Amino acid sequence: MARVIGLIAYHVFKESVRDRVLYNLVLFAILLISASYLVGQLTAGQDIKIIKDLGLAASSVFGLFIAVFIGVGLVWKEVERRSVYNLLVKPLRRQHFIAGKFLGLALTLAVNIAVMATALYAVLAFMAWSQPELAKASVEAPVVDPNLMKAFALIYVQLLLVTAIALFFSTFSSPMLSAAMTVGLYVVGHFNADLAHFETVVKSGAVAGLARALYYLLPNLAPFDIKAAVVHGQPIAAGYVLLTSGYGLLYAAAVVGLAMIVFARRDFK
Amino acid sequence: MNVAAARRAGRPGWVGIAATLSLSAVLLIAALGLQTVRQRRYTVSTAGTEVLYLRSGAAASRLALAYAALTADVYWIRAIQHYGDTRRSASPDKPYALLAPLLDLTTTLDSRFTVAYRFGAIFLAEPYPDGPGRPDLAIALLKKGLAAEPEKWVYAQDAGFVYYWWLHDYKNAAAWFDRASSIAGAPWWLRSMAATTLTQGGDRRSSRQLWRQLYETAEDTWVKNNARLKLAQLDALDDIDSLAGLVRRFTLATGRPPSAWSDLVALRWLPGIPTDPAGEPYQLDLSAPGGVTVSRRSPLFPLPSQFGSTTGPPS
Repeated sequence: MARVIGLIAYHVFKESVRDRVLYNLVLFAILLISASYLVGQLTAGQDIKIIKDLGLAASSVFGLFIAVFIGVGLVWKEVERRSVYNLLVKPLRRQHFIAGKFLGLALTLAVNIAVMATALYAVLAFMAWSQPELAKASVEAPVVDPNLMKAFALIYVQLLLVTAIALFFSTFSSPMLSAAMTVGLYVVGHFNADLAHFETVVKSGAVAGLARALYYLLPNLAPFDIKAAVVHGQPIAAGYVLLTSGYGLLYAAAVVGLAMIVFARRDFK
Repeated sequence: MNVAAARRAGRPGWVGIAATLSLSAVLLIAALGLQTVRQRRYTVSTAGTEVLYLRSGAAASRLALAYAALTADVYWIRAIQHYGDTRRSASPDKPYALLAPLLDLTTTLDSRFTVAYRFGAIFLAEPYPDGPGRPDLAIALLKKGLAAEPEKWVYAQDAGFVYYWWLHDYKNAAAWFDRASSIAGAPWWLRSMAATTLTQGGDRRSSRQLWRQLYETAEDTWVKNNARLKLAQLDALDDIDSLAGLVRRFTLATGRPPSAWSDLVALRWLPGIPTDPAGEPYQLDLSAPGGVTVSRRSPLFPLPSQFGSTTGPPS
């Protein structure tokens, strides 16, 4: 089973490389390098903060594009090209197919995030080396701050969750609709916390109850955003990162499970 | 037709590619040429085009989703550009209309953006035309920072500076220095500063002490440079006092004010044309207090009004 899932995951990764998905890394590097040069001309000694903000935000945005736009085509493309028939006649369970697809994109995202993190650290190290006065001015957090990895870790887990949602929609919907619904859930996920205290806005107990139910049901993505806190050198407890990651991984696993059920019950004629 | 030939069918050769590339380059150059001609013939006024579509920090924060910090950086860069462009503009009307909203957006999106509070307060408090001359907004911004991070004593210290330097309200300045000194981690000299301000507020010596402390403790280059500028202005005021004394002496001796510094140099009262700490020659200006002032070209211009040169020391 593990071998089959691994093979599918490997092929998804290979396909993303063939589709030039990893070219975004070149764009990321160009963005960071040019920003490190330009930002100094535009800001009042906030170069390091802005490069960190930009690096983390760009990793998140590029990852989000990959998760959404590759994720929504993962299953749909196979069905559309009818290659799914060739796969399903083989000794392969439909659940394994979905798991492999998810893990393949997770691997692509992991490579992306790892390279982006390395690039950001390289640019920061170069800035600290070439402009020591910037390092002195950066009093909130060290320039090459190991805590940035906490932000990268949560960005990655959040992307896994988004991938799971995109994959789920991909099992029964068109890419356009799946992308719209995934992005919609991503946006809602950042406002989710408002639903928890809806009773302060509405008088109806039923509506407040429904809002609370939605709060638990919908993905809560706001806690994954620790970018600003890390850049400002705020302490982020390892427990917070672990618990948030745990929530994200369990939620993603649950959504992948739902995707498996939908795909397993789908009738291909 | 074999497979390779079929694959090549319909594809342009190298000559075709080169021709298309050349044509594209020619068309692009022609387009740029037309743009240059249009720009030369029809000057489009850019005045009044700077617009801030979103003024609510809370709304911006929501719309930014997980990218509030990066959005804050963008608004901070806009605030700096707006301040710099308005300050440098040749227009006699410099409203700095977007400065306060831009700073408010920046600090709402990233409530820990220390430089936005500290330098934003400096921008806001600068008197017109070098700034909007709104020390009240500067203090409001620093209070906002202090509400977000009550442990940041530098905001309370900066509020004390605004009261001291721009509002000449030494009682409130002392109260803010005192408040800053009571916050954990604040330097010891803030407490003595509070006492000095209360007893010798407005005195040039205590002002110099204040700016020197800020200069020595500032971590940010811009804050440091601003303190250095203020120290240089205080030095210039001391120079002007001395020069005004010489001018008065010359006037008493000859019955007319000197027409140029060379009059005083000829008498060997001065070794040469006197220059301010920024290197610009001082100006003889009968309309100025004491008859001496800094050049308008000097980065030290205008000098702080509360310490305006007196008639100079007794000759």
